[in-house]
Amino acid sequence: MKAEETLQAAWSGGRSPFAVSWGKLMMWLFILSDAFTFGGLLAGYGALRASSPTWPDASKVFALHIGGQDFPLLLIAIMTFILICSSGTMALAVHSGYSRDKKRTVLYLVATILLGLTFLGCQAYEWSKLIGEGYRLWHTPGGPPQFGACFFTITGFHGSHVLSGVIYLAVIAVRAGRGIYDQRGSYEGVENAGLYWHFVDLVWVFIFTFFYLF
Amino acid sequence: MVRETTTEVHHHKETFLTRYIFSMDHKVIAIQYLITALAMGFIGLFLSWLMRIQLGWSGRQFPFLSRLFPGGVEEGIIKPEFYLAMVTMHGTIMIFFFITAALVGGFGNFLIPLQIGARDMAFPFLNMLSYWVFLASCIVLVVSFFVTGGPAAAGWTAYPPLSGVAEAIPGSGLGQTLWLLSLALFIASSLFGSLNYITTTLNLRTKGLSMGRLPLTVWALFITAILGLLSFPVLLAAAIMLLFDRHLGTSFFLPRLFIAGHQAGGEGGNPILWQHLFWFLGHPEVYIAILPAMGITSEVLATCCRKPIFGYKAMVLSLLAIAFLSFIVWGHHMFVSGMNPLLGTAFMTTTLLIAVPSAVKTFNWLATIWGGNIKFTAAALFAIGFVSVFTTGGLTGIFLGNPPVDIQLHDTYFVVAHFHFVMGTAAVFGIFAGIYHWFPKMFGRMMNEPLAKAHFWLTFIGVYLIFFPMHYLGISGVPRRFYDFANYDFIPPSVSGVNIFISIAALIVGAAQILFLVNFVWSLWKGPKAEKNPWKATTLEWQAESPPPHGNWGPQLPTVYRWAYDYSRPDATEDFVPQTVPVVGAPAGTDGGKH
Repeated sequence: MKAEETLQAAWSGGRSPFAVSWGKLMMWLFILSDAFTFGGLLAGYGALRASSPTWPDASKVFALHIGGQDFPLLLIAIMTFILICSSGTMALAVHSGYSRDKKRTVLYLVATILLGLTFLGCQAYEWSKLIGEGYRLWHTPGGPPQFGACFFTITGFHGSHVLSGVIYLAVIAVRAGRGIYDQRGSYEGVENAGLYWHFVDLVWVFIFTFFYLF
Repeated sequence: MVRETTTEVHHHKETFLTRYIFSMDHKVIAIQYLITALAMGFIGLFLSWLMRIQLGWSGRQFPFLSRLFPGGVEEGIIKPEFYLAMVTMHGTIMIFFFITAALVGGFGNFLIPLQIGARDMAFPFLNMLSYWVFLASCIVLVVSFFVTGGPAAAGWTAYPPLSGVAEAIPGSGLGQTLWLLSLALFIASSLFGSLNYITTTLNLRTKGLSMGRLPLTVWALFITAILGLLSFPVLLAAAIMLLFDRHLGTSFFLPRLFIAGHQAGGEGGNPILWQHLFWFLGHPEVYIAILPAMGITSEVLATCCRKPIFGYKAMVLSLLAIAFLSFIVWGHHMFVSGMNPLLGTAFMTTTLLIAVPSAVKTFNWLATIWGGNIKFTAAALFAIGFVSVFTTGGLTGIFLGNPPVDIQLHDTYFVVAHFHFVMGTAAVFGIFAGIYHWFPKMFGRMMNEPLAKAHFWLTFIGVYLIFFPMHYLGISGVPRRFYDFANYDFIPPSVSGVNIFISIAALIVGAAQILFLVNFVWSLWKGPKAEKNPWKATTLEWQAESPPPHGNWGPQLPTVYRWAYDYSRPDATEDFVPQTVPVVGAPAGTDGGKH
C-alpha cells in the first residue's frame, strides 16, 4: 500500500517521476538511441559475415609480433584493460563529485582523459599496423572486402565516440576546475559525462567480443 | 527539482530576431516547423501533379514544362529518369519533410508543453537547434533538384544497387549523395526533438497531471518520440554504410556489379541488408506519421462530439501495442525481395496482429461519435475523415500482410492505394484537423469555417476518387513506379481511361489545397480575434491566452484536478469541465475526475 502511494505520488505531476533532472534523463535517452546506431552497425556486420564464404582469422590478423613470436589479441587485451581502467577512474571522479571534492574530481577526470588518449593511441597504432599490411576500408588482403569495411567503420565509429568523450570530459574538467559545479551546488554535469563514458566503454566490450573474440 | 513553482517568468529582452527567427520559445519553433513543413508539402504536391500529368497523358507535349525543367523535360515530354526522380522526391518530401515534420515538429512542439502545463520544453536551446538542423536538411534536399543529374531517383527507400553506384541512373550521382546527407541531418534533428519531447512529458507535467490524465495527443506524441528515438539511428547506421559504399569504395550493400558490360564496382556485398536496415526504420516511420494524427483525431472528436473519449485506457494501450508491434513487422515490406517462407509467416503474424489495436482505436472513435452532440467544425470533419480513410487503407493492409496475396500485389498500384489511404491522406487529414482546431491558439485568430468546409469536402471526396480506382488498377496488374503503360501486353488498354480520370481528380484536389492556403494566410491577419477557449475544450492549453505569451502561463503554473475528457458530465452546469477545475470533495492528486 505504501509503495503504491509513493508510486502514485511520483507520477502525479509537478515532479520528475524518477527523481532525475532533465539533463540526466536526456543523457540516458541519448545513450539508448546511440546504442541502436551501434546495434545497426553490428547487425550489419553480423549479416555480412554470415553471408560471406570466408572470413579472416581474428587471432592472426590482430596478433602482435614480438621477438619472433605471435601474441594473439595482446594489443586488444591491453586496449580493453586501459578502457576498463578509465571506467574506474571515471567512477571515482563521479564519487568525488558527490562528496564535493573539487580537487579529486578534476584529478580523476584528467586521469580518465589520459587513459582515453592512450586507448586512442593504441587504436592509431593498430590501424597504422593494419594499413601497413595492406588492409583498407575497401580491401582485405586474402579475404572478403567486408572485413576491412566493417573493421574500420565500426572501430572508427567507436573511436570517434572516444575522441568526443575525451573532448567532452576536458570541458567538464575545466568547468569543475573553475568551480562552476561548486557554485551550482551539484556535480551532476560530471555524472552525466560519466554515463556517456561508461556507455562508450560498454560498447567496446561488444565490439571486442563480436569482432575480436569470435 | 526541475519545476519552477511561482513567478519564474522569462524576463530577458527580446528583439525581432530572438523572438521570431532564433527563438527558443516552443510555440515559435512549432510554427516555424509547421510553415516549413507546409511549404515542403506544397512542393511534394506539385511533384505529384507532374507525375499525374505524365501518367494521364503520357506522350502528349506540354511546352510549359520544358521551360520549367529544361533538364528533366524534353520537347514538353517528361523524361523517364526525371519521372523516377519525382517519384522519389514526392515520397521523401511527403513522408519525412511534410507529414513527420508537421505532426512531430509542429504539433509536438506546440502541444506538449501547453497540454502538460509547462512553460517550455526541458531544453529550449536543443529544441531551437532541432529546427535549424531540420531547415538545413530541407535546403540540402531542395538544392539536389538543381545539381547535375537531378535529384535522387532510387525511390524513397533508396534501395541499392540503384542508390549505390553513381552511374546507375542520372539521379544516382550527386543527387543521391545529397539525399543521404539530407536524411542524416533530418535524423539528427529528429533525435534532438525526441530527447526534448520524452523528457518534457516525463519531467515537466504540472501538479496533478498524472500520466493517466494526459490528453491522448500527448500520449501519441510521447510514444511517437520513443519510436523516432529508437528507429532513426538504425537508418543513420545504414546511411553511413551506403555513403561509404558510394564514396569510399566499400561493398556493404554492393555485390559485383556490371553496367553495360563493364564492372561498376562492388564485391560480395548484400543489397538485402539495406532493405532490412531501412525497413527497421521505415516501418516505425509510418507509425511516427500516423500516431500523432490518431492523437489529434481523438482529441478533436471528443471535443466536437461533446463526449468523453470512449475507452481512454484502451486508446493508450492500443497506441503502446501499435508502437511495440511496429518494430517487429518490417519484413512485410520485403516479401518479394526473397525471404524464407517461415520468416515470412512470422512477419505475417505480427503484421496481422496490428489490426487488433488499430480496430480497437477505430471502434473507440466510432463509439465516441455515436450519440454525440456533434459540432461539425472543419476540424471535426477532418477528424471523421481521418477515421474513414484510415479504415479504408487499413482494410487493404490485411490483404497485403499475407505473403501469398502480397507477392501478387506488392509491385502494383494496389500498394499505392493502400499506403496513400492509411498513412498518406490519413496523416494529412490529421494535420488539417490539427491546424483548424489549434489555429486560434497558435495565432489568436479564427479561420474561416465555410472555406474550411469547402476545403474538406473537395479533399475528402477527391482522395477517394484518386486512390480508390488504384485498387482496381493494382488488381489488373498495373505496376507501380512505371513511367507509362503503353506497349505492355499484360496491361489492359482500359487502364488509360482510369488514369486520365485519376489525373483529373488529382489536379482538382491539388488545386483545392489553395483554399486552405488562402484561408491560412488570410486568417493570420484578417481572421476574427479568437477567445481563450473557442471550442469549449477541457485541456490545459485552452486555459492560456490566445496566443499564449512567452512562458505560457502567468506567475502560477496551472494545477490539474481531473482527466482530459470531462465532457457532458451530468453533475456539471456546462457541457465541459476544464482540467483545472477542482473536484468537489476530492483532494488534488486523487482520481476524482473519472466517473
